[in-house]
Parts: sequence; C-alpha cells; structure tokens
Amino acid sequence: MYTVNVTMAVLLAGLYTIGFYLLMQRSLMRVVLGIMVLGHAANLFLQTAGGPPGDPAMVAAGVREGMADPLPQAMALTAVVITFALTTFLLAMAYRSWVLLGHDEVQDDIYDRRIRELPRRDSGPDSFVAPRESAPQESLR
Amino acid sequence: MLLAIAVHLVLAAVLLPLARRLGRWVFVIAALSPAVTLGWVLTRAGPVLSGEAWSESIGWAPRIGLEGALRLDALGLLMTVLVTGIGALVLVYYAYYVKPGEGGVGSTAALLSVFSGAMLGLVVADDVFTLYIFWELTTLCSFLLVGGNGSRAEARRASVQALLVTVLGGLALLLGFVLLADAAGTYRVSEIVANPPSGPSVNVALILLLVGAFTKSAQVPFHPWLPGAMVAPAPVSAYLHAAAMVKAGIYLLARFAPAFGDVPAWWVPAVLIGGWSMIFAGYRALLATDLKELLAYGTVSQLGMLTVLVAVGERTAALAGGAMLLAHGLFKSALFLAAGVLDRQTGSRDIRELSGLGRRMPVLASGCVLAVASMAGLPPLLGFVGKEAAFEAFAPGSVVDVLILAGLVIGSMITVAYGIRFLWGAFGTKRGQPATEVRAPPAGLLLPAMIPALAGAVFGAATPLTAALVEPTARGLPAGGEPYHVALWHGFGLPVVASVLAITGGFAVFRAQPLVRRLGGRLPGALHAQHGYQRVVTGLDDLAHRVTGRVQVGSLPGYLSVILLSVVLVSGAGLASGVPLPDDWRWWDNPLQVPLALFVLVAAGSVISARRRFTAVLLTGVVGYGIGALFVVDGAPDLALAQFLVESLVLVVFVFVLRRFPAHFTHGGPVRALRWRNAAIASGAGAFVAVASVLYSAARRHAPVASREYAARAEPEAGATNVVEAILVDFRALDTVGEIAVLAIAATGAASLILAAQREPRQPEPEVETTSGAEPPAEASAPSASENEVAEEEAAEQEGVSP
Repeated sequence: MYTVNVTMAVLLAGLYTIGFYLLMQRSLMRVVLGIMVLGHAANLFLQTAGGPPGDPAMVAAGVREGMADPLPQAMALTAVVITFALTTFLLAMAYRSWVLLGHDEVQDDIYDRRIRELPRRDSGPDSFVAPRESAPQESLR
Repeated sequence: MLLAIAVHLVLAAVLLPLARRLGRWVFVIAALSPAVTLGWVLTRAGPVLSGEAWSESIGWAPRIGLEGALRLDALGLLMTVLVTGIGALVLVYYAYYVKPGEGGVGSTAALLSVFSGAMLGLVVADDVFTLYIFWELTTLCSFLLVGGNGSRAEARRASVQALLVTVLGGLALLLGFVLLADAAGTYRVSEIVANPPSGPSVNVALILLLVGAFTKSAQVPFHPWLPGAMVAPAPVSAYLHAAAMVKAGIYLLARFAPAFGDVPAWWVPAVLIGGWSMIFAGYRALLATDLKELLAYGTVSQLGMLTVLVAVGERTAALAGGAMLLAHGLFKSALFLAAGVLDRQTGSRDIRELSGLGRRMPVLASGCVLAVASMAGLPPLLGFVGKEAAFEAFAPGSVVDVLILAGLVIGSMITVAYGIRFLWGAFGTKRGQPATEVRAPPAGLLLPAMIPALAGAVFGAATPLTAALVEPTARGLPAGGEPYHVALWHGFGLPVVASVLAITGGFAVFRAQPLVRRLGGRLPGALHAQHGYQRVVTGLDDLAHRVTGRVQVGSLPGYLSVILLSVVLVSGAGLASGVPLPDDWRWWDNPLQVPLALFVLVAAGSVISARRRFTAVLLTGVVGYGIGALFVVDGAPDLALAQFLVESLVLVVFVFVLRRFPAHFTHGGPVRALRWRNAAIASGAGAFVAVASVLYSAARRHAPVASREYAARAEPEAGATNVVEAILVDFRALDTVGEIAVLAIAATGAASLILAAQREPRQPEPEVETTSGAEPPAEASAPSASENEVAEEEAAEQEGVSP
C-alpha cells in the first residue's frame, strides 16, 4: 500500500492553507496569487497521490521495475497548462477591473447587503396571503 | 388503457389550434375522449368485475424495476366510470357555460382533457411512481384551472394555496411510496397490497400516505384550499373539486386499505381526521352563504365520511364507501353544475340574494331536489343505499364501532341540514326579498346537470346494477359473519332507524340553524386552519428572508469561508467516521523532498506578508519552481519541464500587467480579528486536504492497468520511448485537444479584456456648432473623469451601506 508521505502531506497542508488564505483577501492580485498557489498545490497533490517517486517513464530500454507511474504525470501536465491559462485570464480580469474602477479590490455586493433591510412581509398583489382588510373574516376560515 | 390516456393527451394538444376555429364547441370535441373511454371500459367490464384485472405495462428501465404499469381492476373500473362519465358531461356543459366571446377556451378545454387523462392514469396505475406522476399531474391541472388566466388576485392566491398544500401532500406521498416499496421489495401496487410489509418504517410510510390523501381530499387541517378553489368556474369545481380529483385521496385509501386496514397507524388517524372533517366541515357548510362555498364544505364533509368508510378495510364499510363514492360523485357534480347554472343565469350565487327561483326554474329545482335527496340518504336513491351499508358496517360490536356510528349519524344529520339549506338558499322564496331576475337556461346547461342526479336515482332503484359495479371492489376483504349485499331494502333494523334519525334530525338542525350557529361557538383564531396556512406561508417567507439576509452577505471572503467550512465539516465528518487511517506511513520517500518542501513553504508563506506586488509575484514564481524541482525528484522530468516553462511565462505576463499597477498593495489586508479568523479557516481546510490526500492515496494498491499498458504499448504502438509524451499526444490526445481549446479560449478572453481596457471609452460627439470651435473638447481628460465618477459612485454606495 502506498500513501502520501508525511513531508508531502505537510507541504500540501501548508500550500493549501496559504492558497485559501490568499483567496480570502480583498485584493484581486492576491486572489490571483492564491489561485496560483492552489494550482501548484493541486498539481502536486495529483502527482504525489499517483504513486511513489521512481525513475523517469522512459522505455527506450524496455519497461523497468521502479518506473514512476506515467499516467498521473500526464494528467498533472495537462493541469499545469490549464492552470496557466486560468491565471492569465484572471490576471486580465484584474487588470480590467483596475482600468475601469481604479482599484483591484473585491467589493462587497451592496445589493446583497440590502436584502436584510427589505420589508419582511410582502403585501403586493402577488402575495400568497390575502391582505387582512380586504378579506372578510367569514371567507378566511 | 395506455391508449386511452394517450388519446386524452394527444387530443389536448389538438384542442388548442382547434379552438381558434371552433370556439366553445371545442369542449364537445374534448368530451369525446372521456366518452369513448367510458364506452370502451364498459365493454371490458365483464371480466374485470368477475376478478380478472386487465394489465398493461411499458418497460422503461425494467432491470431496476422501473416501468409504467397499469392495471384495471374493479376499484379502478368504478373510478374510471365516475371520472370519464362526469368528465364527458362536464365538458359538454362547459360548451354552453362559456359566455360568448370569452377567451382562453382552448387552453381550458386542453387542460380539462389533460386532467381527464391524468385522472384516468391515476386510477389505473399499478406502479407507485406512475401513480405519483399522475397524482401530481392532476395537481398541476387543478392549479392552472383554478388560477385561470391569472388576472384576479383572489384566483391566484387560491390556486397557489391549492398547489402548495397538495404538492406538500404529494411529496409526503412520494416519500411514503418509496418507504413502502422499499419494505415490500416491489413497486407494484397490486403486489404491495397482496403481500403487505410491516414494521416501523411501514408505519411511517402509512402516515405519509395518509398525509398525501388528506391534502388531496381536503381533510382537516388541510381543507381550506378546497373552499378557496371555488373561484374556479363551476364546471371545473364540479369535475375536479367534487367528482374526480378530490376523490384521488379516497381512492388511495381504498386502494391500500385491504392491506393496512388493521394497522393502527393507518386506521386510527384516518377515522379521527375523517370523522372530524365530516362533522366540522358540515357545520361550516351550515354557515356558508355562497352556494359553491356551501357545496365545497359539503364536499369536505362527505370526503371525511368516505375516508372513514374506505380506510377501515372491512367489507361492508368498503361496500358503503364504494356506493357513497359513486353517489357523491353523481349528486355533488349535479349540484355544482346547477349552482353554475344559477350563477350564470342570475349573476349571483349568494343565498341572501337569490329568491323565488324554484318557481321560475322548476326543472333545475327538481333535479337538485333529487340530488339533495340522494345526498341526504332518502330512499330509493343511491345515497340511501350507501348510507344503509355504512350504518350496517358499524352496527355496534365494540366501543369504537359505536363511536363511529354516532359520528356517522351526526354527520348525516348535518348533511341533511345543509342539503336543505342549499335547496332553500338556491330555490326558496325569502321573505322581503324580491324574486330574482333569471334568463331561461339552455338545454345544454340543464341536461348535463340533470343526468347525474337522475343517475343517482337509477343506481338507487336498480340495485343489481349498483351491486355488480360496487361489490367486486370489496372482494377479498374480511366480512364479519354473513357477507353484506348492496340492496335497497334490508328489512327493519338498526340502519333504517339510523337513517330515519339522521333525516329527522337533519330537519331539526335545519330549523334550528340560528341556535346551532350560536351553540357551535367560535373557534379561537389560532385554531383556524386558514390562519395556520397563512402563518406557515408567511413564516416560511420570513425564514427565507432571514436566512437570505444572513447568508447572502455580498462579501466574497464571507462566502469562501462558508464554503471552506462546510467542506471541512461535512466531508471531514464523513472521512472521520468511516475511513481508517493507514497504518503504514513514512517521513519521506526521498530525502531531497524535505529541504525542497521547506523551501517551498517558506517562499509561499512570504507571499502573504509581501507588501510589494512584485515581491509577491516573484515569491509565487519561486513556489512554482520549487514544485518543479519536487517533480524532478519524483521522476517526472516532463512535468518539471512544463512547470518551469509555465512558471517563466506567468512571470513574464505578470511583469506586463504589473507595470500598470502601483508597486504596493493598496489594501493592507483585513483587520486583525478577521485575519485570525481567515487564517484559522484556511488552515483547517489545508489540514483537511492533507489528511484527505493521505487517505485517498491509500486507495492505490499498485500501478493501474492503464499505466502499465501505456508503458508497454508506448514504443510498439505510439513509437515513443517517453511514455508521458506518448500518453499526451497519442493515447489521450483528446485530452490534449481539450487543453489546447482551454488555452485558446483563455487567450481570446484575456486579449479581449486587455484590448478593451486599452481602448478609450466612447465619448459623445463634441458639439462643434455651439462651442464654435473656441474650446477644444478635452478628450484626454474625459475618460479618466468618467472613471473617477464610477469609482466615486462605488465608494459612495459603500459608505451608504456600511455604518
């Protein structure tokens, strides 16, 4: 049975912690950096969980014992490139936000905040409940 | 049967375009499908009534027991006769009921046709899920038909209430079905009934089934939707809310009663709720001043009686239930249709306004008298036959029987009273009230209202016919002693005494109405079912508002915290409870991993504290290179190469972008308390991922077959000595194509974002004429000004919200 070794587990914990922490920042630039760190961590996760270290997967001299598993590597490689694409795109968005708004911060959505201040009970024509004054007691029951 | 249902649905689709050409006569076309179905079913009636059920099924996913199964047995036949017969009459009636020039004729006819098909499917379904689907289809049809074109607030509210209440019951029913089918090991209704399961989960399932039946059949405390639904046109009320849809709950009870009639979790609530509904709603009918409201409460009351009769799963009671089911469908639809005639021809259905109509509409009045007589249980009508059986079924044997019998007699008394109240209210001459103006109704309105009333008399007089239709529905039920037979006259005995008591008592109650109203007292407001409904709905509304206000705070860090916390707590709980920690662990696989890991961690940690953007970016690059080095140690040179290349590219891109940004981060980060909270959540999530990585990787026992095969075939099949390369460009080339597509999309997006940002925002054309060229338009400063405005607006909004 193979499991991720302690050093790698600690490294993964550290990288994910830092990535998540950066993600929760207000600066878009830090968020992008957080996503990059998370990307690195995820690629490492993929590669490390795919088997123990070994010799490079070269088969010029035939398939040998002790060769690293090539499949996680191929997948991690794809993931690396896609992380790159994602980073570039996010960076462009941060840049656009900067040009348009003059800052690169993630603002709170004030319309969401306002939900709490909305009137509690809806009394419009599409209310589920008849308004009290227009409904006679007799027909309510 | 499948064909019959399909015909209903297909015809419904055809009716819509037909309505443009035919106008209201489209209803007559719609009446064809129930009428033909009725005829077809009657040709099949012989074998079905003698016990050979007619089955059909279409396999949908037979391997997992999912199929659309239909089965026409005696109970289904009785319901089918009722549903299709009344359906055809109501549709013909509707053609005359529609006022000239009234819109929405096509959609109403189509909906009624769909409803008729769904109801037919409901009563012949033999698979719990098929039954459930038809059940909900009828609910939807009811919602749409009650709501009409949605222009009246009252109709909208009533339809929403009907929908909410019956769908709630529908969901309970579905859950009950799942539990029941799980316990029985089959989805077939007939098999569940033949071999009923038992146990605590079955008891829960039965309660859920009862909730479904009670909501559909408008039993206390779910009943207020039915009087509310009276905003629908009279034919809709007659069909859906008297004859067919509200009977679905009764049908369900009758269907499962043979199997569960002796289970206390089934019959005790059914008898209590049914009995209470019967008496309470009858009392409410005595208070009603609107004819349809009176009939609606009467329906609730009668459905309560039917609930009691069919739920106990005893032969005589089931016979009474079957006869009353038929009787109620006939007399109640006749009364609703008659109320519709009055409403249409006089413009009112208020008891206090109608007067002297008995003399002006003798045919309608005599039909109603016939229907009310059947309702009151007068011989020789079908209602009498049913009530006799009902009284016989609960002829004293035990305390429970006595109590039920007393309840039935009281309920019948009230029924007689509100029946007379209906006749008096609709046709009586009231003192001091001028005779109501009325236009003579066309025969097309009168006949469909008369036929069910007459049918009640025919079925009552021709008891062999009734017996042939009703008695097979109770086949196989336990009969105490001598099996009871449906007949008009059984000789003097307790049932006759009870009938006489009910009828005379009913007259007395009607005479003493003011007293009854005073004696009945007034329920405290909190106990009114309608208030309960309103409180539940507004309470849900409030709850949703409060939850949304609390959860949707509009802050990205807040959302992320919630997501991370739920990942850690929910998945973490799952991992902690079920997965054993691997006993085999190592510090490292290669000693080089330790210094590299330390290096990467230090670099990544420094990203957080970096104040300058460029430092942070460089440090992130260092993390990437470190990971690349770890890949080398792992024996993945291709991966490492890609990592180094990508990292360098990212650095280049960042440098391009960073030129535009200020050197330092504008925001120092969250306040101290928030920082610690974020750090705690992040490290919790990080630790969770690490533990998960250890646990997940333990699932790997050896290199997967795919990897071994790739390695073995790389050279002979792909001509590559590098297996990773062979996988990327050959074995899994489609993945790589997808990857390239992602790159292309990201590049397009990034390019368009950056190019758009560089282009100056459009400005209005400078007004050359008015400024006469003296002032050159300040093009250079304009864009930045508008940007500042946007930013200021944002800032102002921010300030306005945060105190």
